[in-house]
Amino acid sequence: MTNALLHNARLIDPEAGTETLGWVRIEDGKIAEIGEGTRAGGIDCRGSCLGPGLVDVGVKVGEPGERHKEGFGTAGQAAAAGGVTTMVTRPDTATAIDTPEILEFVARRAKERSAVRVAPMAALTMGREGREMVEIAFLRDAGAVAFSDGDHVVSNPKVLSRCMTYARSLGALIVGHPQDPVLSDGAAVTSGKFASLKGLPAVSPMAERMGLERDLALAEMTGVAYHADQISTAAALPALTRAKAAGLNVTAGVSIHHLTLNEFDVGEYRTFFKLKPPLRSEEDRKAMVEAVRDGTIDLICSMHTPQDEESKRLPFEVAASGAVGLETLLPAALRLFHSGDLSLPDLFRAMALNPAKRFGLNGGRLSVGAPADLVLFDPDAPFVLDRATLRSKSKNTPFDLARMQGRVLRTWVGGQSVFEVKA
Amino acid sequence: MTGFDKPHLLGIEELSPVEITTLLDRADVHAEAERGSRDHGQPLKGLTQINMFFENSTRTQASFEIAGKRLGADVMNMAMQTSSVKKGETLIDTALTLNAMHPDLLVVRHPHSGAVKLLADKVNCAVLNAGDGRHEHPTQALLDALTIRRAKGRLHRLNIAICGDIAHSRVARSNILLLGKMESRIRLIGPPTLMPAGVADWGVEVFDDMETGLEGCDVVMMLRLQKERMDGAFIPSEREYYHRYGLDAEKLRVAKDDAIVMHPGPMNRGVEIDGVLADDINRSVIQEQVEMGVAVRMAAMELLAENLRVRRAAA
Repeated sequence: MTNALLHNARLIDPEAGTETLGWVRIEDGKIAEIGEGTRAGGIDCRGSCLGPGLVDVGVKVGEPGERHKEGFGTAGQAAAAGGVTTMVTRPDTATAIDTPEILEFVARRAKERSAVRVAPMAALTMGREGREMVEIAFLRDAGAVAFSDGDHVVSNPKVLSRCMTYARSLGALIVGHPQDPVLSDGAAVTSGKFASLKGLPAVSPMAERMGLERDLALAEMTGVAYHADQISTAAALPALTRAKAAGLNVTAGVSIHHLTLNEFDVGEYRTFFKLKPPLRSEEDRKAMVEAVRDGTIDLICSMHTPQDEESKRLPFEVAASGAVGLETLLPAALRLFHSGDLSLPDLFRAMALNPAKRFGLNGGRLSVGAPADLVLFDPDAPFVLDRATLRSKSKNTPFDLARMQGRVLRTWVGGQSVFEVKA
Repeated sequence: MTGFDKPHLLGIEELSPVEITTLLDRADVHAEAERGSRDHGQPLKGLTQINMFFENSTRTQASFEIAGKRLGADVMNMAMQTSSVKKGETLIDTALTLNAMHPDLLVVRHPHSGAVKLLADKVNCAVLNAGDGRHEHPTQALLDALTIRRAKGRLHRLNIAICGDIAHSRVARSNILLLGKMESRIRLIGPPTLMPAGVADWGVEVFDDMETGLEGCDVVMMLRLQKERMDGAFIPSEREYYHRYGLDAEKLRVAKDDAIVMHPGPMNRGVEIDGVLADDINRSVIQEQVEMGVAVRMAAMELLAENLRVRRAAA
């Protein structure tokens, strides 16, 4: 069924920045008509919120190579249950996605298995080794929406500047991981009182600013379109503000974990809170929330990183980094709504509109002609998260047993219902 | 109730001043017995103590072994570096395997911070942390405290200087926690490259020169400088370090006349401490620290064994 009428909904429009009670008519998988007030017939949304489906940038799916951690089937289900209608996937798989052939495999698997749309990123250099650039044009033609070596920072500025120069001629977007690789080598947490008391190897928050300043200098030199995957420290923000004011083609993201958790959540060496970059101070967290609000940071992502139990059941400094987030992205983001920090249109601007625009995708909007990728949610419904119920194959969430407020009720992709809460 | 009812000894952070005092009082009894009758009454008889050292140690392992044996325990040493760990077994699996053999006391040293707690969560015997990464080394802090208490008659309102590589030292962390809880004033002295980040928030005074840092101190604790830190990455050279931070009679002059000198061992004579000073029986209590180490470990294992018996009887 790709024709439907959804009425009695609180419409969250990130473009207009409005919340209004109204209805949406879907035809041929697209939004055909939007109206205010009431309209009879179709699906009664009972006053719940209807927004554009989330576009989550930086989702790790373990295909190829790590299907025991996550596959397109499970990731797609988790996404649908989280209101994510497009996953922009990471290329840091086991064999990196660095040739058009591997990308075609990924696209085929995604098409066969995933309940939601998949927009793959490709590696920037072969094997993510920072030496030879990938076939950027071929990969772009095969569907790559951006190019990134993920957390393998291209440490040689000569290599990176050439990649950027070449990418610019094709209009390709490069996604960087702003982190000085030498300063942050081996670090498990952010340096400070907590890290020192726990005796954990730590990195100064300044390593992020150093990485960002370098990348921005090269972006200025080459004119490339550049996106910083995660900004998590206040010290990095002035550089970003300066670059944007200078008119550079630059954007930045932040993970939902860095917006809702801080370094103290690690507590007694809880490895589900080991992230990359590591969790920061409360001051940094607040600065990130403010940066999202004022638009310095453009988008919020989950940085969905599935890890198996074994790689987390280790001493903290040797445990794997990363957390799953597809299914908790929206409920966790609603914490910022309930705390009064961000409005619902603000959140959907950062989680749907901006990522879609930046990655050249035709979604993220609640407007006529846009694909009917929609999420219906109750922002107030309380629940306690039980990680065993997550649809991801890996259950490494930092929100296990956390009290959450806000639930996805139903998700549509192209007008097709892909998830619905059982009454 | 004995004043100490913890199931494990994982760190000083979780101990109250009463618990610390209880441990020290009990250790005093064993220290006196060691010097006199050598009769400790076999309180660990019938119990199995396993020493699991994932990191090289001669002194601490020997100290735990002697303490256990003199209290009547059956002591077993496992050389973890050559065992199943090398075959890829995880720490938790190793713990579960050992647990199935029903040990009573597990003494663990591990190179990673937090690893001993991770292991303690998986077993149902008493676990003693013999040093985890850069985190804690509680029995070292307790033996230092006992040594200080015996020399100074108290643990409160003393000026205690801890000198050297604070950043990489679990001994320093446990000592700072313990002496802070007992209401002494702590000064940390060392080059800024060997000071941990955020140290200003620890409630201590920080100095980068010995001359001002040692002034009026009652206790001077020197820390070992690891060989791998001497290569120019943290300090320029061994001889410059000795010149600025090595403790000798000259630098000690600004401390109180009766200040005592401590070192957790093993010492690098001529790097962090002058050899003659280390052997000066009027100032150095380094040998007594080793002696108190056995007494403190006896007390810790005895109290944990008592708690273990209570828990098992209740179960």
